[in-house]
Amino acid sequence: MFIINCPYCGERDQTEFTCHGEAHIARPDNPSEISDEEWGRYLFFRENPKGTHFERWTHDHGCRRWFNVMRDTVTDQIIKTYKMGEAKPEISNE
Amino acid sequence: MSNQNRTIYGGKVNREKPINFVFNGKSYIGYQGDTLASALLANDVHLIGRSFKYHRARGILTAGSEEPNAIVQLGLGARTEPNIRATEIELYEGLEASSQNCWPSVNFDIGAMNNFLSRIFPAGFYYKTFKWPPSMWLFYEHFIRKAAGLGQSPTAKNPDRYEQKFYYTDITIVGGGISGLLAALGAGRSGCKVLLIDENPELGGYLLDYNFSINEKDGKKWLKKIIEELNGLANVTILKRTTAMGYYDYNYLTALEKVTNHHVEFSSTLPRERYWRIRSKKVILAQGAFERPLVFADNDRPGIMMASAGQKYLSRYGVLPGKSVVLFTNNDHAYLTAFEFVEKGAKVTVVDTRDLLNARISEKCKSLNITVYKSYSVIKTYGDKKVNRIEIQQVDKNQNQLTGEVENIHTDCVLMSGGWNPAVQLFSQSRGKLKYDLKINTFVPDKIIENQKIIGSNNGQFNLQENLNESFEAGIAAANELNFNSVEKVNWTGKEEIEFTHSDVEPYMLGKKKVTKGSKHFIDFQNDVTAADIFLAQREGYISVEHTKRYTTTGMGTDQGKTSNVNALALMSHIHNKPVDEIGHTTFRPPYAPQTIGAIAGRSVDKLFDPERKTSMHEWHVENKAVFEDVGQWKRPYYFPQNKEDIHQAVKRECLAVRNSLGILDASTLGKIDLQGPDAAKFLNMIYTNAWSKLEIGSCRYGLMCNEHGMIFDDGVTSRLGENHYHMTTTTGGAARVMSWLEEFLQTEWLDMKVFCTSVTEQWAVLSISGPNSREFLKDLTNIDLSKENFPFMKFKEGEVCGVKARIFRISFTGELSYEVNVPARYGRYVWEKFMEYGKKYNITPYGTETMHVLRAEKGFIIVGQDTDGSVTPSDMNMDWIVSKKKEDFLGKRSFTRPDTVRPDRKKFVGLLVNNKKTILPEGSHIVEKALKQPPMKMLGHVTSSYYSPTLGYPIALAMLKDGVSKMGEQVVVPLMNGKIIEATVTDTIFYDKEGKRNNE
Repeated sequence: MFIINCPYCGERDQTEFTCHGEAHIARPDNPSEISDEEWGRYLFFRENPKGTHFERWTHDHGCRRWFNVMRDTVTDQIIKTYKMGEAKPEISNE
Repeated sequence: MSNQNRTIYGGKVNREKPINFVFNGKSYIGYQGDTLASALLANDVHLIGRSFKYHRARGILTAGSEEPNAIVQLGLGARTEPNIRATEIELYEGLEASSQNCWPSVNFDIGAMNNFLSRIFPAGFYYKTFKWPPSMWLFYEHFIRKAAGLGQSPTAKNPDRYEQKFYYTDITIVGGGISGLLAALGAGRSGCKVLLIDENPELGGYLLDYNFSINEKDGKKWLKKIIEELNGLANVTILKRTTAMGYYDYNYLTALEKVTNHHVEFSSTLPRERYWRIRSKKVILAQGAFERPLVFADNDRPGIMMASAGQKYLSRYGVLPGKSVVLFTNNDHAYLTAFEFVEKGAKVTVVDTRDLLNARISEKCKSLNITVYKSYSVIKTYGDKKVNRIEIQQVDKNQNQLTGEVENIHTDCVLMSGGWNPAVQLFSQSRGKLKYDLKINTFVPDKIIENQKIIGSNNGQFNLQENLNESFEAGIAAANELNFNSVEKVNWTGKEEIEFTHSDVEPYMLGKKKVTKGSKHFIDFQNDVTAADIFLAQREGYISVEHTKRYTTTGMGTDQGKTSNVNALALMSHIHNKPVDEIGHTTFRPPYAPQTIGAIAGRSVDKLFDPERKTSMHEWHVENKAVFEDVGQWKRPYYFPQNKEDIHQAVKRECLAVRNSLGILDASTLGKIDLQGPDAAKFLNMIYTNAWSKLEIGSCRYGLMCNEHGMIFDDGVTSRLGENHYHMTTTTGGAARVMSWLEEFLQTEWLDMKVFCTSVTEQWAVLSISGPNSREFLKDLTNIDLSKENFPFMKFKEGEVCGVKARIFRISFTGELSYEVNVPARYGRYVWEKFMEYGKKYNITPYGTETMHVLRAEKGFIIVGQDTDGSVTPSDMNMDWIVSKKKEDFLGKRSFTRPDTVRPDRKKFVGLLVNNKKTILPEGSHIVEKALKQPPMKMLGHVTSSYYSPTLGYPIALAMLKDGVSKMGEQVVVPLMNGKIIEATVTDTIFYDKEGKRNNE
């Protein structure tokens, strides 16, 4: 059970949050113009990395805000949390 | 004779305080401070239960939480608990316990014949025997469950209360032995908040049972002073009788505190158990180690126990479990127990697997008249319900052979010691990595993942001197790392007469290369797994450690293999001739020890299990005998039976009342979202499939929501209240989901859109009145002009109803002239009662969800989640009319042209009328192309909604049917579970008032 640092509320228990899968998948601006394959990629294709993963979470039992989490899927260490709209952090190669 | 095995002096039980207890119906006397195990041993009761599979006689193996054998049924009636370790049960007045897994009695157990039939019950027996035919498994399982299993679960509801406690602390220390105590002292003196958890009623752990000195003085007094100081520190919380059960990410621990289990009377003020959920910045594990059994033929008889257990019974409880004792050991440390036994009057013989013995120990044995058989092994034991004789033989370790004569020793107690295994369960749960230590031949902690320290024998360190100072310093260091000030280090000189330094692992009975038929060498006592089973698993290819575990069930009992795991691994290593490292170990998972479900549930039972949501008219419904239905967390009236009506009669009456005069439905549970902002219309255009830009203020519109896959996920009517103000309704069950969906897009995709969404579901009570008389009825109760011209269908008005400010939406889910009257929730019941009173002249009839379903089905209105299932598009529901062709984009649109969603043979929404005009098709029934005697039959679709229609006088059904639209008028067949085949005609989905005249009146 993680402790998650909500960018709006601070550190809270994981039970207050929900994970919504991979982050930084923008909805295409022009859905009607793109191919089935491109649309399919937006709908169905997700990364499953061993290591750093960017994911969307909501603080359901708190401020109800969406935000992004940078998490290591091996250690479950949360490297960073940041607000929607903020740039995707760099992955350090340590 | 009572307490015949009690020593004349010694032990820490209070001999002034005798306690009466009952075991297997017989009364005994123990003393305050006893456990059930020690009291039984004191009374010379050694046979405690029967084993799981072979029903072999079993006694007491250990003196702690790792006990695999002595598990009993504790207590009676609703409070009875199965599988409780006698070694952990503190004796209380009137305690009643009994043996498990035996019939008719533990002394004469019919099931014991399994022991003689064991050749036909090898590992994997059940898998092999009951595999065929697959359909019979449920039948077999019934009998297997009865024959196996351990205790009995209570049949009555547990009357006890269980509490939960959430706790935050700087440091949690698990284990109140010397290492844990000193770490707590170091951290406690530094001033940080410390939680010390120990599973025993008394702190001190191992050192309570063994003699040691500190600074060359008696260690016991020093230990007492340490505990006194800890008790005096306000920042240190000590939990006794508390077992740490789970260790999860980010130093989250769960622990079970036995609060009143050991009390004579159950408390009305205190809970029975308290479940702790602990979050700490740092964790120090100091759980100590478990002594390891030795594997030899018939090593499971009552009277055979761990050396450390013998030590504990003798020194702590003053119980001498045998008078003619054999110690079977592979290490020096166990000799301490031999000396202790001699001192208390027992005759002791030592069988040591090693050929060289420390000179000091040799001499002391000589002076105490202890015979030592060096390089010997116990090869077999005898005795029906208790060990009475053993056979020993010399071992040639180089050849791994037994040599020389078999010698007999008569004995009444065998103490064994195969070395010590650190209790790494919690460490492993925290994902710490283990390594194999060749000196003590067991797994010890290696790499730590969490913010954690592991100390003392739990870390494979058995030297007292080292442990004293390292543990204290670990406590100081932990506090330091949390920015607390350092305190002074202390140098204690600690000494034990003999320390545990190293041991071999005896993987398999020494000197034997294969398993001898007939005798059993137990590895896992609780699950009756023998060395032969491990051999068999390897022969049959279950060579991964996880496979061996599951195939043989070794380590899978309620004890989770605390005594057996390392021996099983060592035997596998022996069989494959590989180092144990390469065999690996199985995964440790919570809980560390068995725990009551009640404690996990805590107060979240009965009414508090899940919130119940009630509308403001709920009590009226209760008073008027409504039958309720759960819709999510909501309680909704299902129907309102009058007199002795059944559901069919009531629903028929309610339906006809709506069609002929006036019905009233509590629709307050409908999801309601208030949308405001300059971009609200733009937002609705993206969320719904139809167009919203031109909706006038004061108008209502039905909308469908799709997900990005193009599948329907909710529907409802949204009304425009003002320039930038909308009132959205959702399905009852979908309210929260829709709210989250809206927020998701506003917060993650369209951050520039200016829209606020507010859930107002519980702010409004909704009284939906429906029927041809609804206008006549309502016009006298409101100041709003209800005339058709002023207030047509799909419009919204604000005004007063029964003197209360109200919003009225002229929308209809029944097909009749309807008004949805919304009043502030606190006026809900008031207005409802006014309606009921004034409506008498129209025979106003309250109706429930079932009538609502029937009425809407007669009109072919869909229910999202019943007629749709997350895999249907608007087009599948013949709702292309609600999908905008003009809008460039909205959620789901792009997916409507995916190859799969334009497939011509997709299932479509149709109506079904059974030809016999009688059968109500069960919802979920399959529609097939051709009915055959048995499956498989080619499926065409399924029934989604099905009712008897009181309006029409015959049954109607809605269904999803492959290519259904082009099948209008065709015949289909629906085979039922009872074998009957029903013929039906495919129809339109609207069964009543196809033109929609009635709601337009």
